[in-house]
Amino acid sequence: MIRVKNALKRYGSLVAVAGIDLVVEEGECFGLLGPNGAGKTSLIRMIIAASPLSGGSIWVDSSDVTKDSRRIKAKIGVVPQEENLDVDLTVLQNLTTFARYFDIPKAEAKQRALANLRLFELDGRQHAKIDELSSGMKRRLLIARALINQPRLLILDEPTVGLDPQTKHLVWQKLRLFRDQGVTLLLCTQNMEEASYLCNRVAIMNEGKVIATEPPQELLAKYGGKRVLEARPRPEARDLVLQELTEAGFEWQAVEDTLYIFQDSNQFLEGGVLEVLNILSQRTPTLEDVFLRLTGRSLGE
Amino acid sequence: MGVSYRSWRVWQRNRDVFFKLWRSEMPGFLAEPLLILLAMGLGLGAYVTMEEGGRYIEFIAPGVVAGYAMFSASFECTYGSFVRMHYQKTYDAIITTPINVEDVIAGDIFWGATRSSLTACAVLAIASAFGLVNSWWALLVLPLAILAGLMFSSIAMLYTSLSPSIYTFNYYFTLFITPMFFFGGVFFPLSAFPTIVQHLSWIAPLTPVANLTRALMSGHPGEGAWWGLAIVVGTTMVFFPLSLRTMRNRLLK
Repeated sequence: MIRVKNALKRYGSLVAVAGIDLVVEEGECFGLLGPNGAGKTSLIRMIIAASPLSGGSIWVDSSDVTKDSRRIKAKIGVVPQEENLDVDLTVLQNLTTFARYFDIPKAEAKQRALANLRLFELDGRQHAKIDELSSGMKRRLLIARALINQPRLLILDEPTVGLDPQTKHLVWQKLRLFRDQGVTLLLCTQNMEEASYLCNRVAIMNEGKVIATEPPQELLAKYGGKRVLEARPRPEARDLVLQELTEAGFEWQAVEDTLYIFQDSNQFLEGGVLEVLNILSQRTPTLEDVFLRLTGRSLGE
Repeated sequence: MGVSYRSWRVWQRNRDVFFKLWRSEMPGFLAEPLLILLAMGLGLGAYVTMEEGGRYIEFIAPGVVAGYAMFSASFECTYGSFVRMHYQKTYDAIITTPINVEDVIAGDIFWGATRSSLTACAVLAIASAFGLVNSWWALLVLPLAILAGLMFSSIAMLYTSLSPSIYTFNYYFTLFITPMFFFGGVFFPLSAFPTIVQHLSWIAPLTPVANLTRALMSGHPGEGAWWGLAIVVGTTMVFFPLSLRTMRNRLLK
């Protein structure tokens, strides 16, 4: 569905996307995972033809984004990170006006708009102004709007950021529904739970590059180890601890004063190091830990 | 790329919003021109004798029609377009659909031209209520206002595409639009001014529009009308494509 080849994005001397290759297959949910500034949004803007490529090429559904942008945009739905509903129009008019941008006939547009509002439990608010909606409602309306052209590819940039748990689960459930109906999803997120719940495959991005692409379970198996120890040794003991860990062959990452130690099934910590380590928790690894191990950064950064 | 019929979709969006909110726009295109006609035309006009004969209010009425057509188009494609682009992110949303940047900008400019003509229509109606419209030629003021609106909207859009913030529009109106209103042949014949001001007035885009409107409303469009028309069309042909280009560079980063 999407084919990205050596895509490059420069803003002056700043390199936002530093040569990315990836393929999103038809019907899958593909996650782009990475901290702020990793280049996720820049990549997405190039895919939706809102930003010219500085190098490389991108095809969506076999069309080149630099040549066939209208054709591509007719087939995709975009849920932006920044809410951009039309505040001059009501909830319902937002959808019908958007439908008109796709040349959808009036009667059909109204029918689809009402159906989408029902789907996202907004049908009671169809005549409300945008300013009267809560942020959760706005986000649901953004998704309802992106679906108005019945897209084959839905691109979502952090769709659940800042939502309460209830709304978050409503959105996730709907996205799963679309995926099961055969819609291809490209999901940009910093939320590991979201990625593991929805995505068939995940690409981990850091500093403009993709550093790993796997299904979430395989990422965990490959990079997570068996257990993760979170430890905060006293500053004076830190050098000693790091030396011991390295000698014993452990993989670890330090984030500020906290150490994350990745323990495989055949590895054990013993001796004096245990006493100065000051272990805070031991747990089974999550995608967050995988990310940390691969990039040395936590996602929230 | 380029402009397609889809710019019409953007025009429709602006039209729908306008007819939803038109009451708040009333003072701008009805009350203000009426006040100007009363204060300047009747008030000041009582002390003014025209060299060519005729009443002063008859002289300024066509200028006020042209001037407010200019204001309408200019407001629409400065403040209006900037708010949609910068604050409401309406453009960003629209360009994720099959509508491209050029369509969005052209749609806004066409809407600016429509506003110009709607305003001209309203002021013309007021002028005719004062008995200041003497000829059926005056009906041609409406298509003229569309052409003039295209010109003023394109110039405004170019300025908007280069504006870092909404405050810079103060300069646009104080240094460009308002001086044209005073020195572009609306209130005084250009011959009233010193030579240097006359030269400046001749290159102001409002001058040919005011002169054309006056010719049509008095029912005596002469040879010079074609020249005026050529200036309006020529200016539009420069600024329209230029503004599409600068807006494209601004929005697609």
